[in-house]
Amino acid sequence: MPQTLYDKIWKDHIVHQQNDGTTLLYVDRHLIHEVTSPQAFESLRLSNRKVRKPNLTLAVADHNVPTSNRSKGIVDVESKLQIETLEKNCKEFKIKIFDMNDKRQGIVHIIGPEQGFTQPGTVIVCGDSHTATHGAFGSLAFGIGTSEVEHVLATQTLIQKKSKNLLINITGSLSTGVTSKDVILQTIGKIGTAGGTGMVIEYAGSVIENLNIEQRMTICNMSIEAGARAGLIAPDEKTFQYLKNKPMSPKKENWEKALMYWSKLKSDPDAKFDQKVIIKGEDISPMVTWGTSPQDVVSVDGIVPDPKNEKDESKKASMNRSLDYMGLKANTKITDIKVDRIFIGSCTNGRIGDLRDAAKIVKGKKIASHISAMVVPGSGLVKQQAEEEGIDKIFKESGFDWREPGCSMCLAMNSDKLNPLERCASTSNRNFEGRQGRGGRTHLLSPAMAAAAAINGHLTDVRKFQ
Amino acid sequence: MKKFNILKGIPANLPMINIDTDMIIPKQFLKTIKRTGLGKNLFFEMRYNENGKIIKEFVLNNEPYKNSPILLAGKNFGCGSSREHAPWALLDFGIKCIISSSFADIFYNNCFKNGMLPITLEEKKIEEIAQYSERKENIEINLAEQEIIFGNKRIKFEIDSFKKNCLLNGLDDIAMSLEKIEKISSYEDDLVKNKPWIN
Repeated sequence: MPQTLYDKIWKDHIVHQQNDGTTLLYVDRHLIHEVTSPQAFESLRLSNRKVRKPNLTLAVADHNVPTSNRSKGIVDVESKLQIETLEKNCKEFKIKIFDMNDKRQGIVHIIGPEQGFTQPGTVIVCGDSHTATHGAFGSLAFGIGTSEVEHVLATQTLIQKKSKNLLINITGSLSTGVTSKDVILQTIGKIGTAGGTGMVIEYAGSVIENLNIEQRMTICNMSIEAGARAGLIAPDEKTFQYLKNKPMSPKKENWEKALMYWSKLKSDPDAKFDQKVIIKGEDISPMVTWGTSPQDVVSVDGIVPDPKNEKDESKKASMNRSLDYMGLKANTKITDIKVDRIFIGSCTNGRIGDLRDAAKIVKGKKIASHISAMVVPGSGLVKQQAEEEGIDKIFKESGFDWREPGCSMCLAMNSDKLNPLERCASTSNRNFEGRQGRGGRTHLLSPAMAAAAAINGHLTDVRKFQ
Repeated sequence: MKKFNILKGIPANLPMINIDTDMIIPKQFLKTIKRTGLGKNLFFEMRYNENGKIIKEFVLNNEPYKNSPILLAGKNFGCGSSREHAPWALLDFGIKCIISSSFADIFYNNCFKNGMLPITLEEKKIEEIAQYSERKENIEINLAEQEIIFGNKRIKFEIDSFKKNCLLNGLDDIAMSLEKIEKISSYEDDLVKNKPWIN
């Protein structure tokens, strides 16, 4: 029977399957960070259990780390304790960790691929919903809760039931100024924030094939914002080239063996998908969110939608609440929305290609006088690469703050946060109420669009930017 | 894990759609290294104003809903992050059952790991139950029978049989999986042979 890529990876990881479909699934790669792991280790200790395969777990602190000067350590007492707890747990259970002063430290979903820890055909999990990022390599990658983190540590498996298959086909090609961030924002706008619930998305089509690996990661990263369990893309020559010679990639004869296996990882031509969505690449324009859910998207040349036109009462109430929170009036032109802050970074858009895209826009220009802008590289290695290319100088000369790597203002767990009523153009993944700081207002967009907004001081159509 | 079977109480109604995990428990409370003590900060930004004062209009700030063990909510409840702090906060507050027309996957799974029951029900039926919330009348959840009982009515709900069994008996997932340790070992032996690059 023809199978999808998801069917194949799933089948290859079954340790045991009950009659009701409940499956014990093997986990090849486990990433952990400071926020969702302490309780898991604590329970392991209380029940006197061991970590089954310490070498299949990789740890890094990212959510809580300061992105300003780190020479004095962490000021916040609770953050400090959480990060020290991770270090202590890794030491006790013999798990590899990149500590805060390691140049490989960074956002967990940036460092996995960077190190070659992320590989095609693997099952990858992490106590973080943006784990789907790794699906860009053709791996089945999904977020789990802390109890499941504990389960993986103790057994190297998870109890799962199979999800449905959703194919999202992005046909044709993208117009100038349109990026993979716009592709995923438009997709979420189309299928809705619960459109992928209970499903694993496979992204395919010529647009996807033409994207590089970093751009594919941006797409898979936000699968959870469409409610999907995971999002994946079949690996191809670009994937293999990306992984070749990465520190944790297979070497020598193992590389050859892996390559043979990886080359077969694709959906069969007649594979059955439970649902299919087609989006024309040419129909995608640069997108911006106007509300407090990632599905609240509109083209940058559009207007803030009017709740009066919404027939569904609960949706109308939700729109009114969003507009009130965002301090926006219906029918306002998107490009008339003034912003106060700019955030470029996160596991969605904190890779070198994202920084290059944004730097191209700001080069030789100054940010608007009322704007406060920051760039937070996704990892120490991204930061190093950017500095070698002089990208840091471009940003600094333009008026941006150049920071140390971490999750930073994507979720504002450290001191990087919006003040109440401040409006931010952000390359991150969530525009929920209070996400970037209580009362803060978030507009999600691509790195190039964030850069253009920094220069003009208001949301800007990057296609018309001079 | 505590067993779940019969739960009685006056449900609290929060008819908003897309209630995300940042709303349920904002990030500043994720710095804890414990599972307990999160209840006082549940729905923090809806419950307290900027000065830390209680917002009276919010349902869970009022009697009898302060003590509701059952929460009714709009569709796509628990969307957003994987933080298990969300069900921990609900449980610590006293809520053991959430009824919505749909749930986000990770949140849904996380509930079961903590002895909590998320029930998926049609919106019309939730609206019917919401009347009991308004009238401050008890409803009853019977997991074994997969029934919600209110007034003279009994309605059925669907639940995965494996998850139901775990809740009813308070089973420990890890202990169950460790019973299959030989199968795991044998899978790993094959892995060394077939995919030597994994280790």
